[in-house]
Amino acid sequence: MILKVENITKRFGGLVAVNNVSFEVNEKEILGIIGPNGAGKTTLFNVISGIYKPEKGKVIFDGKDITGLPPFKIARLGIARTHQIVKPLNELTVKENVMVGACFGREYLDLDSAEKVAEDVLKFVGLYEKADLLAGKLNVPEKKRLELARALASKPKLILLDEVLAGLNPVEVMEMVEVIKKIRESGVTILMIEHLMHAIMQISDRIIVLDYGQKIAEGKPEDVANDPKVIEAYLGDPELVLKLTKR
Amino acid sequence: MKSLSWLIGLLIVIGAIPMITHDVTLRETVFIILMYIALAESLNIILGYTGYVSFGHIVFYGIGGYVAFLMIQNYGLNIIPAMILAGLFSALVAYCLGLAILRLRGAYFAIATIGVNEAVKALITNLEQVGGAEGIYFNIKVYSAYGGAEHAIWLSYYLMLAVTIAVVIVSWFVKKSKFGLGLMAIREDEDAAITLGVNTSKYKTLAYALSALFPGMIGAIFFFKNGNIEPESAFHLTKSIEMIFMVMLGGFGTVTGPMIGAIVYERIRGFLIVSEMFKALHIAISGIILLLIVLFMPRGIIGFVRDKIPALRRFVE
Repeated sequence: MILKVENITKRFGGLVAVNNVSFEVNEKEILGIIGPNGAGKTTLFNVISGIYKPEKGKVIFDGKDITGLPPFKIARLGIARTHQIVKPLNELTVKENVMVGACFGREYLDLDSAEKVAEDVLKFVGLYEKADLLAGKLNVPEKKRLELARALASKPKLILLDEVLAGLNPVEVMEMVEVIKKIRESGVTILMIEHLMHAIMQISDRIIVLDYGQKIAEGKPEDVANDPKVIEAYLGDPELVLKLTKR
Repeated sequence: MKSLSWLIGLLIVIGAIPMITHDVTLRETVFIILMYIALAESLNIILGYTGYVSFGHIVFYGIGGYVAFLMIQNYGLNIIPAMILAGLFSALVAYCLGLAILRLRGAYFAIATIGVNEAVKALITNLEQVGGAEGIYFNIKVYSAYGGAEHAIWLSYYLMLAVTIAVVIVSWFVKKSKFGLGLMAIREDEDAAITLGVNTSKYKTLAYALSALFPGMIGAIFFFKNGNIEPESAFHLTKSIEMIFMVMLGGFGTVTGPMIGAIVYERIRGFLIVSEMFKALHIAISGIILLLIVLFMPRGIIGFVRDKIPALRRFVE
């Protein structure tokens, strides 16, 4: 077990964005997080990566309590993430963007070694040809790959992927899914949020479902998909859904 | 290294001309140009690299000026150690201040820095021990330790040249370092930088302290040469705006940019200030030019050139 989330609660004023959520992530698995919009998925990521301090609960990473540590320390311990809304460093080149990840990540490399790592990672995600372009000039799918490259360059043990497939066309989705599989093969544990059902069902070992900040289901993709609670969260009344599917 | 060596070469050439010709008027002009370059390059570290608009940056120049002036006047310290102390003191003030105000972002930070400048000015104005509103004048004997006023002025000139060269070298190495990469990551997206592992508050504070170090030294030299210091000239907000103007005109975030901006600005100012028609308007005209730059050439002269002629990128940092 590499990550353990215990009874995390995060409030914004009167809104409980994450409500008493607990789960564990095993080493080298892909754990998917799904749930309707506003379910608290990204907030949960922000708690794990240190952007928000939870009101209650603990985050244990690699046997160490990291709750409330500043984000840069968590990054250096080996948790990298991508952002749902991409955050490229526009006026820096693609390579420099990735070097930031390598320089300040888990290995805290010097500039020369970081450059080598950046080149390798850019080849891995298929952005090497664009290495010297300013990041602001990339299109959205390329920016998503850049997010991923930056996170990988820090040589994380655990990577949090926040909707890396959203906004991609079917071919790009296929390519990205292959990249994610390769990341897992290289020994990195993956925790990913995704709305694209067929992709996350196919790629995840396990899935947890959030709704209104609470965990409502956890298990293998096929079990989760048939869980009445999950269907209700997505579609409303389960009996109605059953009727519809029977017809 | 190429881009650095030609910048230093240019500075040495500019700096050597008055030494060779012994032209006093030219020396005064070059002294001001060098001072502008050094101030603009210093500001560029926080404004250009880190993306924090320090609007009241002149406060560190004033603080440095006062520290050195009092050290020389009251304790008979030599200008060189006084200058170094002044720089370090300014950097220390910036460091402590940075811990508080660098939590603010964007316009809020800019406004806070103006407030700091005005607050320090008000403090000094009301502090009789440091001369109050009237300021302090050197005892004429101060310069005799340097072999007379003329020698002291030449010494100031050499020191200014040395500090300017040092600022440019430091700027260049910061830009090429891991520290610089971290700063630029902060400039582009602070939230992304911190999740990538950049210790943003430490980096910002260090950048702010570094960008205050040299203005402290420059203030020390300027007021040593000037022979008097008063709050109005030490904490003159217009000078702060001029610094921003030079950085924006030349191209923020580059090493060459602030240098070019400072030289061009000094020329514009020199031209306007002596012309009968514009002498009262030079700040207004600079303001209009600044507006045009921000609108049409947001990355300044050097940014524009680098965009248009990519082949130059290797030689122009």
